[in-house]
Amino acid sequence: MASFKPTKIQIYPQLGAKVTQDTLYWKNYKAPVQVKEFGAITNIDFSPLAPHNYAVTASTRIHIYGPFSQEPVKTFTRFKDTAYSGRFRSDGQLLVAGCEDSVVRLFDVSGKVALRMFKGHTKAVHVADFTSDCYHILTCSDDYTCCLWDIPNSTELTKYKEHSDYIRCGATSKLNKDLFVTGSYDHTLKMFDARVQKSVMTMDHNHPVESVLFYPSEGLLVSAGGRYVKVWDLLKRGQPLVSLKNHHKTVTCLCLSGNGQRLLSASLDRHVKVYNTTNYKVVHSFDYTASILSLALAPEDESVVVGMTNGILSIKHRKTSEEKQGPTGQPRRQPVFRVFVKGRNCVPKQDDFLVSKSAKSHLAKYDKQLKRFNVSKALDTALENRKPEITVAVIKELDRRGTLKNALAGRDEQNLSQLVNFLIGNVVDPRFAPVLVTATEMILDIYKAVVGQSSVVDRQLVRLQELVEREIDYQQDLLEVLGMLDTLFASTLPRKEVPCPGNTQL
Amino acid sequence: MVEHTGIRVVHRGGSKINFREPVITSDSRFLLCGSGESVKVYSTSTEECVHDLQGHTDLVTGVVLNPSNHLQAYSCSADGTVRLWDFTDGILIKTFIIRYHIFSIHVSEKHVGVLFVVVPMANEKGSELFQLVAVHLPRSGDPEVEVGELSAVLCDVSPNPGAVSFGTGGEYIAAAKGLQLEVFFFKKQKSYRFSLKSGMNKGINNSFTCISCHPKEDCIATGHADGKIRLWRNFNQKKEYTYSTLHWHHNAVNTLRFTPEGTNLLSGGIESVLVQWRYTQENQKDFLPRLGAAITHIAVSPDGSLFCTSHADNKITIILSSVKVSAIIQGLVKDDCVRTDLMIDPRSKALVLNGKPGHLQFYSLHRDKQLYNLDIVQQEYIHEQGVDQFQVVKAAFDTHGDWLATVEERRQKSSELEINLKLWSYDEQTQSFVLNTTVTAPHEDQITAMCFSPSPETTLLVTTSLDGHFKAWLLADHSDTEESASWSCDFVGGYHLLKPGCCCFSADGSLLAFGFQEVVTVWSPTSWELLTTLSQPPGAVRDLCFGRLSCSKYLLGTSTKNQLCCWNLLTCSLEWNTPMDVSLLQADPFSENMAAFCSQSGSTDLFVFKPSEPRPLFSKKALCTGKVERAIFAPRDQMLESSEEYSQWLNRSQLYFLTQHMDLMTFSTKTEEDRLLASSKQLMVDDSVAITPFYLLLGRHKQQQQEKQELLTNPLAERTPLPQGSIAIKELLDTPAHVLPSASFLCSMFVRSLLVSSSSRSKLEDNVCTP
Repeated sequence: MASFKPTKIQIYPQLGAKVTQDTLYWKNYKAPVQVKEFGAITNIDFSPLAPHNYAVTASTRIHIYGPFSQEPVKTFTRFKDTAYSGRFRSDGQLLVAGCEDSVVRLFDVSGKVALRMFKGHTKAVHVADFTSDCYHILTCSDDYTCCLWDIPNSTELTKYKEHSDYIRCGATSKLNKDLFVTGSYDHTLKMFDARVQKSVMTMDHNHPVESVLFYPSEGLLVSAGGRYVKVWDLLKRGQPLVSLKNHHKTVTCLCLSGNGQRLLSASLDRHVKVYNTTNYKVVHSFDYTASILSLALAPEDESVVVGMTNGILSIKHRKTSEEKQGPTGQPRRQPVFRVFVKGRNCVPKQDDFLVSKSAKSHLAKYDKQLKRFNVSKALDTALENRKPEITVAVIKELDRRGTLKNALAGRDEQNLSQLVNFLIGNVVDPRFAPVLVTATEMILDIYKAVVGQSSVVDRQLVRLQELVEREIDYQQDLLEVLGMLDTLFASTLPRKEVPCPGNTQL
Repeated sequence: MVEHTGIRVVHRGGSKINFREPVITSDSRFLLCGSGESVKVYSTSTEECVHDLQGHTDLVTGVVLNPSNHLQAYSCSADGTVRLWDFTDGILIKTFIIRYHIFSIHVSEKHVGVLFVVVPMANEKGSELFQLVAVHLPRSGDPEVEVGELSAVLCDVSPNPGAVSFGTGGEYIAAAKGLQLEVFFFKKQKSYRFSLKSGMNKGINNSFTCISCHPKEDCIATGHADGKIRLWRNFNQKKEYTYSTLHWHHNAVNTLRFTPEGTNLLSGGIESVLVQWRYTQENQKDFLPRLGAAITHIAVSPDGSLFCTSHADNKITIILSSVKVSAIIQGLVKDDCVRTDLMIDPRSKALVLNGKPGHLQFYSLHRDKQLYNLDIVQQEYIHEQGVDQFQVVKAAFDTHGDWLATVEERRQKSSELEINLKLWSYDEQTQSFVLNTTVTAPHEDQITAMCFSPSPETTLLVTTSLDGHFKAWLLADHSDTEESASWSCDFVGGYHLLKPGCCCFSADGSLLAFGFQEVVTVWSPTSWELLTTLSQPPGAVRDLCFGRLSCSKYLLGTSTKNQLCCWNLLTCSLEWNTPMDVSLLQADPFSENMAAFCSQSGSTDLFVFKPSEPRPLFSKKALCTGKVERAIFAPRDQMLESSEEYSQWLNRSQLYFLTQHMDLMTFSTKTEEDRLLASSKQLMVDDSVAITPFYLLLGRHKQQQQEKQELLTNPLAERTPLPQGSIAIKELLDTPAHVLPSASFLCSMFVRSLLVSSSSRSKLEDNVCTP
C-alpha cells in the first residue's frame, strides 16, 4: 500500500546571481563602519608593517587609523592646501604626500613636522611614492612633469617632461628600483627607467588615465581611465591584453586582492567590481552610497576600505569564524536533545514483546485536507499560506483532480474577497499566470450572478479588470518589439546554400 | 522467398494474471491463477512462481479447487476442456472434453462429481446469451474423458463469473444479470426471480455487477453499477423478500466476497480501496486504501486467514485478515496501448515500458517478473473516471544507462496540453533513478521523438515536437557553484516550419537525422550545421535508422506511402528502395541487422535484412494478425551458436514484439528450445519447501552435492555414516551434562565430526577407481 503522495510544489528558477565560492568569500564581511571625513577621500594606503594601520588622505589632512579603531591614531595637518596621495614607505617608517600647493612633504610616521619638503613642481602634485630601494621619491604633478627626488639630500635627480596633460597617477616597481609608470590625462601611460633620460614604453589608453597598478609579477600592468579597465602585457612591449567595460562611469581606483587572484576596480558609479584575473569575468560586486574615489584592501583581505566623494570612509571587516555561525544574541529556547531520543535507543530485552509502530509521515495542512478530499478546506488552508508558490500548486492540484470548480464555489463575501485579493496579487506573474487565469475565469463564471451585491468584491473585481487590461497592453507592446527584433535578426543572418543531392543524382 | 521452419513465434511471459479470480489453497501456502493459456501457482509468502501448469490450448477462463480433494484444482478454458491438476506437483491428472467455449466454472461441496460451467446458449462463439449447465463428471480411469451429459440449470446468465454464487454450502445458486436476480433452489428445483426498477430515467444505473452469498445464513449480497450494495433476505418466496442497502463506493462495485465464517463482507471497485463491512453491523467499516489500481476480483482463503485482490494493473495483492498487505504479485502491466516505446535498460537488461498510470515498469524478460516501478509523475493518483491523468508518453535511456529521460503529458478537455520533460540520473547507492531536472513545457506541442546521443564525450538529448522545432538539451556542469549538474536547452532548430516526426543518431553520434515530413535532414550535433537534406517523395518519413558496424554509411527511412529507402551517406544518394508498407523499422544494436515489420492485408510480415543488400536474411509471412507497432531487440545473456544462415541473426539478440492485442511475442530457434528443455529438467525442485531466490541458489547447490555424493557412494556397499549418527555426537547428546567436559573442549571435536575427513575421501576415490 503506497502512502499519500504530497502535492508537488513547483520550484521556480531563482533569478539573479548564482551562489559561487567568490560570492561566499566576498559576502563574508561585517556591516560597514562609516567615518565622516572633512572632504573627498582621494587616497587610502595600508602600512606594510604588522598592525597594518592605514593612511587616509582627505582635504588638508592625512589621518592614520588603526585596524580596529574608528578614531584616527595619528593626524598630519601641516598642509597649506588639499593633500594628495599619502603613502607609506615599504618599511612603514616614512610617509610621503603631495599637495595642491606643489610642495611634496615627507613625514616620520611617529613625528608631526615634515622631515623634508621637496619644492620644484609648479602645480599641484597628485602622486608621490617611494621607489623600491627606499631612497628615492617619485612625484607626478599637474605641470605635466614627473620627478625623482633623493631623500637624504632632498634634491631633484631627474625630471621627465614627456606628458602633455596632467599626470594623475603613477606606480613604482616593487622589484626594480629604477622602473616606474605614470598615467596622464593625455590618454597615455608611460614607463620610465631612471637610468635613461627618456620613457622606455608608451601605451595609449584612449581615455584620461585615473589609476595604474602593477601585478605582483610586474609582467602585466593594469590601467583605469574613462569607463575602461585595461590590462597591458609589459613583456610584449606594452601590448593590450584585455579591455574591460563593466562600469558605467569613470573608474577611479584599482586594487589587487591579497593573493593576487582577484582585481578590484572602484568607480564613480558607486560600485566596486571584483574580477577573476584568469578570465577577467566579474565574480562579485559591492554597492556603496556615493561615488568612490579610493579603495584599499588590507593584507589577506581582512578589511575593505573605501573612500567616497562625500567624505565618508567605509570600512568592512571580515567576519571571524565564530561570527559566521549567525547572529549571536538570545539563543532560542529549544527542547533538550534528550526529548528527541527518549526511548528511541532502547534495546528490547530478551522476553520483551516488541510492538512496532510505523513512522508517521508528516503532511502539510493542505495535504491533509486533500487526502480527505475536502477541496474547499484545502484551498482555504493554502490561501492562508504566505508563499504564492504553494497556493498555486494547490490550485493546480485541484484543477488536475477536476474539483477546482467545487473548491471555488460557495464562498461568502469575506472568503471570496480573500481569494480575489490573492488573484490580484499574482495573476499577472508569468510563473503563475497559466494556472491562475483558468481559476479567474472559473470564479467569474461562478459568481457573475451575484456581482453588484457586495461593494468590497465589486471594487476588487474592477481592480482585477484594470490589471488584466494593463497586462494585455504590455503583452501587445512586447509582441511588437519581438516582431521588430525578428526582422532585424533575420536580415543580419547570412544565407547559406545547403548541398542538395538532387543534382548529383543522374 | 523461402519460409524458414526452424524459427517459431512463441509467447514469452507477460500474460494477464488478473483475468479471472485467483484461488488460495486451503493451507494458504499457494495461490492459483489463470495466466494466458496456463495456470500459475505462486507461493503466497515469497511471491515466487512455483509451477506453471501448461496444457490448455486457449485462454484459461477459470480455476477452482476440487471440493472433494483439496490438493487438486479444476481449470476451464476457452478451448472447451476442463482439466484437473495436482498443483503441488504440477501434474495434469485428467482432461474433460466438453466441446463448448467455457466462460466460467463453479463448484460446491454439496454437489460431488458435478461441475457448473457457463457456456453459450447456442454453440457459437458470437452468441450473446449464456446458460449455466451442470456437468456430471464420468468416473473413468482414462486421462482424457469425453463428457456427454450436460443439464441446464439456469438460462440467460451473465458470463461474468462474479455474477454467479452458491449459497449456504450449495443449497441454492444465485445469478444476477442486468436488473434481475435469480435464485435457484436445488432441493425444490424451483427458481425465484427478483428485479429492480430501472433508475435510468433518474440517471442512475442500478444494474447488478456482482454477487456473493452468505456461507451460513440466507443472505445474498449484490453489488450494483451505481456503487450500492444490497443485502437480500427472505428470498425463498416470491413476495415478502426484503433488502437493505449499503453505500460507500462512488462507482460500480466490481466484486464482493463474504469471508468463510460470514462475519465480514469485502467489496472493491475502481476506487482501489478494499472495504471490509461487518456483517449485521454494517456501519462499521475497515478500509485499506491506495492499493494501486481498480480492484477487479477478491478471493478469500478457505480458512479466512488471507485475502487476495486482483487489480486492473495485472497485479495480485495478498492481504492478511488484519487488513495489512503482505505480498504483491505483479505481472507485466499492459494498458490498452504502449505510449512509450519498448526499451531495454542497459544496466539491468530489463524491458522498460509504461506501466501503472504515471509509472515506468522494469520487467525482467528472462525471469518473467516485474523488477520495479519507477514513479515518474509523483502525484497522488485519483481513482475516478473522467479525470485527465498525467501519462508517461516517451522515455529514453542513454547508452550506459546513466541517464533516463521521460516525457509526461496531460491533455485537458478545455485547456492546453501540459508537458513535462524529466531527466533522471542513476544513483549507484540506491540502485535506482533519481530525479535530476524537470523541464515544464519543454515544447509548445506534443513531443514526437526523443533520443540520447550515443557518443561517449557528450551527454546530449534531442527532442522533436509537433510545434515544428527540435531542441537539444545538454548537461550543464556548474562546478563553480553549489548546485549539482542540471540540464538546459542548448539549441533550437527547425526546417521550413515543417513538423519533425522522428530523429536518429548515427552509431558514433557524429550525425543526427530528422524526418521533417517528406524531407530527411542530416545535422552535425557538434556545430549544429545542416549538412544535407534527402527526400524521396511522396509520403512523409515515418521511421529513420542509421546502419551500424559495417553498414554505418547507410541511412534507412520508411515513409507513409509504402516506401523503404536506403541512402548512402557518402554519396548522399539513394542506394536502393523497395515498395513496402513498413509499420516498424527496428535496428539490432548488436549487429548490422534490421527488422522491418510490414503490414499486408490485415496481417504482419517480418523481414530481417542488412542495409548493404536489399535481400532479406530471414522472412516470415503472416506473423500475426493486425499491425505490429512496438518491437525491440533484447540482448541474450548467453550467446547462441547457430550456424544456419537464417537463424544467425538471433545469435546475439532476441526480437520481442507486441501484437495488436498486446501479447508479447518472441522468436525462438530450435537450439534455444533444446536448451530450455534441458534447463527445465534441472529446475525440478522439491516442492515441500516454498521456492525462494535463496532456495534456488542454495537448494540447487545442495541437490547437486547430494547427487555427487550419491554418485560417489553408489559403488560402495554400505553408506558412510551420516554426521548425526557419529559416535561423537551420540556421546555428546546422551551423556548427562554435569559429567561432560567443558564446552570449549567438545567444540573442536564436534566440528571435526561434521567434516568429511580427507582420508575417507581418498579411500572413496580408490574404491571408485578400482572396480
